[in-house]
Amino acid sequence: MEPDPREIPMLTSRKAGHLTRRQFVAAGALGGAAIAVGCGSGKHGNWEFLSEEQARTLAAICDQIIPADDFPSASQAGVLTYIDRQLVRHFRRFQDAYRSGLEQAQAMSRKRFGQDLDLLSQQQQFELVSSLSEQNREFFELVRGHTLEGYYGSPRHGGNRDAVSWRMLGLPEPPPLGRAQYDLRKGSPS
Amino acid sequence: MKRVNAVVVGAGAAGGIVAKELAVAGLSVVLLERGKWYTAYDCRKDDLRNQRTTVLGNAFGPDDEGNPRVWADAGGAAHTVLPSEGSYQNDAACVGGGTLSYGAQAWRYLPQDFRMRSTYGAPEGSSLEDWPIGYDDLEPFYEKAEYEIGISGDYSGTPFHGPRKRPLPMPPLPPGREFSILEPAAKRLGLHPFHIPMARNSVPYNGRGPCMRCRWCCGFACEVDAKNGSQNTVIPVALNTGNCELRTECMASEILTDERGRARGVSYFDARGRLQEQLSDLVVVSGCATESARLLLNSKSRLFPEGLGNRHDQVGRHLQGHHYTGAVGYFDFETYDDVGPGATIAITDYNHGTPGLCGGGMLANEFIRLPIHMIDRLPAKTPRWGLGHKQAMRDWHKRSIVIMGPTQQIPTAEGRVTLDPTVRDKWGLPVVRLSGNVHPHTFEIGEVQAKRAEAWLKEAGAIDTSLMSYKAEMVSAGQHQAGTCRMGNDPRSSVVDRNCRIHEVDNVFVIDSSVHVTNGGFNPVLTIMAIAYFASEALVRNWKGTGFRS
Repeated sequence: MEPDPREIPMLTSRKAGHLTRRQFVAAGALGGAAIAVGCGSGKHGNWEFLSEEQARTLAAICDQIIPADDFPSASQAGVLTYIDRQLVRHFRRFQDAYRSGLEQAQAMSRKRFGQDLDLLSQQQQFELVSSLSEQNREFFELVRGHTLEGYYGSPRHGGNRDAVSWRMLGLPEPPPLGRAQYDLRKGSPS
Repeated sequence: MKRVNAVVVGAGAAGGIVAKELAVAGLSVVLLERGKWYTAYDCRKDDLRNQRTTVLGNAFGPDDEGNPRVWADAGGAAHTVLPSEGSYQNDAACVGGGTLSYGAQAWRYLPQDFRMRSTYGAPEGSSLEDWPIGYDDLEPFYEKAEYEIGISGDYSGTPFHGPRKRPLPMPPLPPGREFSILEPAAKRLGLHPFHIPMARNSVPYNGRGPCMRCRWCCGFACEVDAKNGSQNTVIPVALNTGNCELRTECMASEILTDERGRARGVSYFDARGRLQEQLSDLVVVSGCATESARLLLNSKSRLFPEGLGNRHDQVGRHLQGHHYTGAVGYFDFETYDDVGPGATIAITDYNHGTPGLCGGGMLANEFIRLPIHMIDRLPAKTPRWGLGHKQAMRDWHKRSIVIMGPTQQIPTAEGRVTLDPTVRDKWGLPVVRLSGNVHPHTFEIGEVQAKRAEAWLKEAGAIDTSLMSYKAEMVSAGQHQAGTCRMGNDPRSSVVDRNCRIHEVDNVFVIDSSVHVTNGGFNPVLTIMAIAYFASEALVRNWKGTGFRS
């Protein structure tokens, strides 16, 4: 499951010494927040697209779509890494939808509960995400799709960390099948 | 550039075979392919980026960058769509075309499939028509395809197939768990289940080993090269003759004609984007239904102001694919065995013969499901998100079976490919514009098929089912696209003759699914291959060195 360098060309060149001012401020002000929500992009310690606030809001929405039980929630399994990584690659065309959708979700939360979405109780988050799914169906469906893809898709893209959803479904990983089960010396009719 | 006998545009199911047949017959051939040449090493088992699940793009082309199309919906609104989006109706762009990554069901059409109008009459508003050739004409070439490409399977369980002279060259793969659940149920219903014919090695064949039965099959390049496409069968043979040169990442832009209206070659953009001309004695267009039509329509000249072969406004019409419907069954025991390719059992009892319906289609169990395929195939009452959805994934992923099939579409003249007047691709060429739909009777047939799938699942013990039936908003062309350069005897209502030669230009051929008059109730690849052998044989027979016998 090595990431293919063609797939994630920015993995090696990303950020490090090239933080934008906004990201620099965000990283300084909110250092450690990524760790707090359990979904930082690991060794690089920052997001490629999302601000820390956007990441916290998105994590709350994703974790309503796939909450934790005996198995990890969406964000615990790396779904934010999946979405963030693709927002500067294959999902570039959805950048505006994410910016405005997350802003709207946050505004709804502050208006209704007077708090940021990620600080609400589970029940309040559920109610808010339910409202979001009605008021901005397009954005919610986008996030729902990306969350389920990230969680149940291939671990190579950052979600489904350690193939955790496949293990949850009882699918052996790595799969046990292989050449060994066949006798390749048997004759061919041709 | 040295003049050659033939330029073949497109190295897919048909183009690979044509190149091989011509090269073996001694013609010099240049085979142009807009995509790359992938191999078994390019199987990356990526659930999100393959040819079937394309949320992160197409693994085997075309790329989302620079290859747009336009879809004009029923209200006339135009949408620019990307290759990884469903409404693009994509077929892979690479050496092997769709056959590199397909599921590899290798069906013969039934004799009735070539005589749809005679069998049923044409529903009003449809363009249902008979083929100018029949099953018997193609039978030897079906057989040739089965042996040269390599097909496994066993037809002995069903009386519903055309006459055949030889059995398939390979036995079927050992049955999976779904086969053992579905076979007795089908028999109890009086149906005739049997092993799906597959272009997949079940035993060593053609110098390659058998299927290792992994989970990543339909939509992926085979990791052990046990899936048979043109890229690992006929194209290597063509290259080994020394008569065929394959040029990859070369995008044909126009068929060049002389002042007498004969083709003199093909212009194309090479891998570095430079415009080249390859002169030739004849041109074969094998770019798949949408792209072949586009190349003809883009080949405008003084003598062909509306595009080559389009004097009677027929190029691009009668676009069709298949209307897929079926059902998901949910069981109180495990049905999943983690053994690929998954699709193993089919019935062809319902392809024809239902009073009131113009045809039908084959029904088969679905390819092995990756978890990503289940997220929207859960029981109807399942919440769409939250713990309920997560629990349902756990409950049903290993306890469900999908049966579905390709309902034969009833074509219309309005379901078509034209050129978009404004949108261009990265080479500056006008792109495909898709519009229209198939005849609505198609959806009535599809609904009946879905209920039949459901009945089969219930008989097999399903405790719950959900129907997969819908009315499509556009022609579902996709990987089964066909019908844009109809084969026929009348130049006013068709584009090519029975040998796939364009009526109005005697050295240009269209040899691919474009020529299908109707598209059967089956995956079309073996018919595409059989027609490629059939048309190549006629081409070689009539070839006399630098031109054709008249």
